[in-house]
Amino acid sequence: MEDIISLDHGSGGKKTSSLIEKLILPALGNPVLNELGDAAVLKGAEDLVFSTDSFVVSPYFFPGGDIGKLAVCGTVNDIAMQGGIPKYLSLALIIEEGLPAEDLRRVIASAAKAAEEAGVIIATGDTKVVERGKGDGIFINTAGIGFLACPGLSPKNIRPGDKVLVSGTVGDHGTAVMLARSPLLVSAELKSDCRALSALAQALYSLGPDLKVLRDPTRGGVATTLCEFAENTKNSVVLDEKSLPVRPQVRSACDILGLDPLYCANEGKLLAVVSAERAEEALALLKGTEGGEDAAVIGYVDDVHPGRVIEKTPLGTFRILTKLAGAQLPRIC
Amino acid sequence: MYKLMEVCGTHTMAIARAGIRQLLPDNVKLISGPGCPVCVTDQSEIDAVLSLSERKDVIVCCYGDMLRIPGSERGDSLAKRISRGARAEIVFSPADALDIARAEPDKQVVFLGIGFETTAPGTAMAVKLAKERGIENFSLLCLLKRVEPALRALAAGPDFDIDGFLCPGHVAVITGAEAFRFIAEDLRLPAVVSGFEPEDIIRSCSMLLAQIREGRAELENQYTRAVRPFGNPLALAVMDEVLEPSDCLMRGMGIIPGGGFSLRKGYAAFDAKERFGLELKDVPEPAGCLCGQVIQGKAEPSSCPLFGRTCVPEDPVGPCMVSSEGSCAAAYKYGRN
Repeated sequence: MEDIISLDHGSGGKKTSSLIEKLILPALGNPVLNELGDAAVLKGAEDLVFSTDSFVVSPYFFPGGDIGKLAVCGTVNDIAMQGGIPKYLSLALIIEEGLPAEDLRRVIASAAKAAEEAGVIIATGDTKVVERGKGDGIFINTAGIGFLACPGLSPKNIRPGDKVLVSGTVGDHGTAVMLARSPLLVSAELKSDCRALSALAQALYSLGPDLKVLRDPTRGGVATTLCEFAENTKNSVVLDEKSLPVRPQVRSACDILGLDPLYCANEGKLLAVVSAERAEEALALLKGTEGGEDAAVIGYVDDVHPGRVIEKTPLGTFRILTKLAGAQLPRIC
Repeated sequence: MYKLMEVCGTHTMAIARAGIRQLLPDNVKLISGPGCPVCVTDQSEIDAVLSLSERKDVIVCCYGDMLRIPGSERGDSLAKRISRGARAEIVFSPADALDIARAEPDKQVVFLGIGFETTAPGTAMAVKLAKERGIENFSLLCLLKRVEPALRALAAGPDFDIDGFLCPGHVAVITGAEAFRFIAEDLRLPAVVSGFEPEDIIRSCSMLLAQIREGRAELENQYTRAVRPFGNPLALAVMDEVLEPSDCLMRGMGIIPGGGFSLRKGYAAFDAKERFGLELKDVPEPAGCLCGQVIQGKAEPSSCPLFGRTCVPEDPVGPCMVSSEGSCAAAYKYGRN
């Protein structure tokens, strides 16, 4: 562990894992937290799913969404990925002095609309204002509670032969936000995919134990999430690049910026690992649900390269995919 | 064994990403050349950038690639300095740095001009605009490099052993394909200007191998959809107006005569080296690091004792492991095993 925290520690890749494992878990670890799923399952008369997430996106308005919608969808999605039906959220605002009230009004209206669409109630909240220069306009934390509907989802269930599905196009959010930061490259055609995934997840819950795990590949992208599925197991994941849905605009933007869609954040896509027998059914369930129209089977699990993710390129060659090492940076030329 | 050298770092990445080596016959080898701009930047210059970033009145503007390039002290980089409070901004274009300079008139904005002829015109244009518009708090730390002298120096080395060059398509968009004719005529080796899609690269390799088989040493242009014989006249004109060739340092290769660019006299006021009295301190390569050899195609990333052990992308020892065009980064990311 290094002596200071850098932006890379927040990138969702290897450095984030190292921060959690070396600095946070040694002090706070317990059986519930140590699972490190998208959300925690709390045992009780009725099992609860509990999660929290903080949102610091810059700029706070971006094509396809804003920090308010993101803050609601992000926590709703974490609960849904753990098999929960999201019910209640908290919403805590950290506002920088000088934020236009109109911007705040828009962010809050957007959060309210997202909550309504996702069927959750914002039940509690908090507001703090920090001095000018001590925030980036607005930061939001949300926490959420849902009821457990699909117990036992975990990478531990994955077996050779299983199929990997994605609910739609990859890399939209990360690319849209990166472009929104560059005045040169603003494009109206590129939008964040920010959306609540609870309906898509619930469509898959009907598969029961044939649904092995769900994850929303946010920071670190699809590649990093697949690496998390394979690491420390006897399984390897084989990804077929040809079947990976990527919008042409996203591919072009990534080419220009030197990014890889597989490592760009998504905010409205889920990855599902499903038994081979029910993979087609799962695909039909996703395609039949709003937001899942572009779903695809993108790979399978085997045991040829334990612990690794292998991508088959359109040329028929293979390459290894590793976890994101640090934040993706635009390149020189 | 036929050894083909891809000169451009973007080719290196594309080759690794598409797994093109897996498709080549066993007796054909692709070797990465000195085409990754931040990798060829001398350690003394990286260190000078890092010390410049410590000045409270300075905002360093650079491309994203520069952020993680390690300083000579282990763990040091621009990214680390930012975490400690230095101001450095990632820009997508040198023109963005001019905007920052105008928005913050009480700061000194220094643009790090890195790259080969691909980025030189944009960099030159920014300096020209700064002069025209009187943006006096802008300056350029000119670390730009020229491809031809680098390749000539490489070919003049005692252990040079390459059978053909895959020439950088992006550079050739600016300079024109003819800028690579010296490879065929002076070095007597096959040269093919190549595009960057996997199919472009495979086609270019095949063109090089055909030349080798037929005993030809010619300049051919595979990337005709983007590269013209004499390049982009507007880009060349602004380069020529603002910049002039000068000797430069390249990592592992020492001083390359005419290998870099400096600002011409009329633009000398925008030279960050002069403005801040930057001194280059000779520093040894990090112990065990083979970047200087890797850049010249004399060592493979996996032959470096540090590769994948003490030198990894999240904690690099040498620049080749972190640049998005670095050979070690490509080898680490896309296939160690």
